[in-house]
Amino acid sequence: MSDPVIIAENVSKAYRLGQFGSGTLTTDLKVWWAKVRGKPNPLLKIGQEELDGETLWALRDVSFSVERGMVLGIIGRNGAGKSTILKILSRVTAPTSGLVKVKGRIASLLEVGTGFHPELTGRENIYLNGAILGMKKVEVDSKFDEILDFSEVEQFIDTPVKRYSSGMYVRLAFAVAAHLDPEILVVDEVLAVGDAEFQKKCLGKMGAVAGEGRTVLFVSHNMSSILRLTRESIVLEKGHLVMRASSAEAVDYYLSGGNPEAGERTWEDDEIPAEAAPFRPIALRLRDQAGKIVDTVRSTEAFKIEMEYSLAAPVTGLRIGIYISTARGESVLTSFDTDDQKRFEKHGSRPAGHYVSGCVMPPDFLNGGRYTLGVNASSYRVRRYFMDEQALAFNVDTSGAPGMQWSENRPGVLRPRLEWKIETK
Amino acid sequence: MTKMAIGKSESLEKGSGKWDMIIGPHRNLFDLRLRELWQARDLIVLFVRRDFVSVYKQTILGPLWYLIQPLLTTITFTVIFGNIAKLPTDGLPQFLFYMSGTVIWTYFASCLTKTSETFVNNANLFGKVYFPRLAVPISILISNLIAFTIQFGFFLAFMGYFALQGTQIHPNWWMLFTPVLLLMMAGLGLGFGIIVSSVTTKYRDLRFLVQFGAQLLMYITPVIYPMSSISHKYQVLIQFNPMSSVVETFRYAFLGAGTVDLRQLAYSFGVMLVVIIIGVVMFNRVEATFMDTV
Repeated sequence: MSDPVIIAENVSKAYRLGQFGSGTLTTDLKVWWAKVRGKPNPLLKIGQEELDGETLWALRDVSFSVERGMVLGIIGRNGAGKSTILKILSRVTAPTSGLVKVKGRIASLLEVGTGFHPELTGRENIYLNGAILGMKKVEVDSKFDEILDFSEVEQFIDTPVKRYSSGMYVRLAFAVAAHLDPEILVVDEVLAVGDAEFQKKCLGKMGAVAGEGRTVLFVSHNMSSILRLTRESIVLEKGHLVMRASSAEAVDYYLSGGNPEAGERTWEDDEIPAEAAPFRPIALRLRDQAGKIVDTVRSTEAFKIEMEYSLAAPVTGLRIGIYISTARGESVLTSFDTDDQKRFEKHGSRPAGHYVSGCVMPPDFLNGGRYTLGVNASSYRVRRYFMDEQALAFNVDTSGAPGMQWSENRPGVLRPRLEWKIETK
Repeated sequence: MTKMAIGKSESLEKGSGKWDMIIGPHRNLFDLRLRELWQARDLIVLFVRRDFVSVYKQTILGPLWYLIQPLLTTITFTVIFGNIAKLPTDGLPQFLFYMSGTVIWTYFASCLTKTSETFVNNANLFGKVYFPRLAVPISILISNLIAFTIQFGFFLAFMGYFALQGTQIHPNWWMLFTPVLLLMMAGLGLGFGIIVSSVTTKYRDLRFLVQFGAQLLMYITPVIYPMSSISHKYQVLIQFNPMSSVVETFRYAFLGAGTVDLRQLAYSFGVMLVVIIIGVVMFNRVEATFMDTV
């Protein structure tokens, strides 16, 4: 039976690019006065074009519905509009046009600890946080013991939370959010800060909520979580909803989508977070033995992975890493361009410039199937400049690989050509 | 129509015609969703509690500060305006005269300055979770009302002390009008405060202006001088200020000196209504999209 709990109809959201005015009244008045007199905007540098009226559409005519009890994945690259959808659903911001209709209470796991006051005790914060999240006092009363149990901080419940360790703080905050019992739960894994343990707890709670037949919207960059937890997903691309399909199909589309040329992933300016600077990713490519860019490599042949990037300023201790994972998210390997001690000494500090870091994968290495290739640029224990865990997807074809005379499916991620010896004794 | 049902019974009802919440680009200008605000009353109470408890944590004198602040201000005023500048006080003891002005003015001024910071101070909270935003300024009015009550009690104590000393003061039936005066001050403070708060999401300049403005406004309110001491020419200017009649009436009610002008009170009440309506409408408009501008 069709019973939608969320219906989004042609939802669009526009952000004005750049600053809104100048932020101070006096300069805005100056600009306005210049306009009145027909003079150019005094804030603009000579030759600069007037930007006024330029808008960025974070969402454009997005329509979808979510049935009761469904776990829907939302996937898309940075800036595709995922977070904007969540913000509109949680009513933090209003859409520019379109309507969203919702049945029941929406709660989001990114609100963990919102409104906690350091001077108040754990007990006072449970009530305050609960109320901010939309619970009535009687509701908190009835769940208080459960929350306390879950948080494991009974001993310190009458201590101001500023004396809590960060672990206790997060546990208490999460305990409140977890007992909100929303009809619709929104989880944004991208923004879910905290340690791995805590993220696991979030996902566990999400699974439990879904198991009770409630509705979950799940935003993630991690395709294996999407595949594990959702059956259906929507894919966003630059504010447009481009696909709604089974999660397997959607993940496949996402991993290969966005790259007009298969086997190559290029980054455009709006896809690179500002904090990546001075590092700027340009392209990640997969080449076969002949140097051709391909999205399918042969298991029996070597292939090359190369990362092209530029540095706007010198970087010390830089390492460019690649990750290979299976389509289901199991990690196969991680490797850095300066793993070799000598190479690290030589290239550890890199001057500003344009670089390609490349490596060759040996033949007879990966088993057949679909893999994803991720990339990372960091200085060990200093800073991570850039990370895209699923930059590119590629296939490995096993024709000619050992054991192909049997057409059975061979488990395992590796397909090495081992030197077997068969001896008669 | 926008409504948010908390009760489960409602949301479990089948049938696609029933939506708990409709999120659209613009809501009706006057759809103030007071029902939602009413449902958030627990939240308001907790905000008040939070403000009250947290302000004086880790101070040695704690809530005593509620008494020390008006006392010090009153003493300062008595010394500077009473003894040095020798401003008239309508024949009242200077201390009582200035204290009555300070206590009532403080309530208005703190309502104004605190509510004017609603959006800027709560940007982080507002950016993450939705609740009726008006809950914040309303909780500020209530927190300040508690502070006022304490200070008012303090003022009454001094009144009693002066009366026992044989000072002629004439409290009268206008005292019963105090709740209305409080309502007017809360309304004026809230109205102006949320207007400023709505505008500061775009122009931060106003934050500084409001602190300064509140001080200036005090000087064109009969706080440190009685209305009677002002020449006719300037009385018009002071009467234009909607707070003037409130302060004068308060002083008349408890100390028996000054004037009560019903026309002036009606004018102030009218200004309050207009300011509140403009404020709430502006606040509601800004609320929907202010996260995109901060």
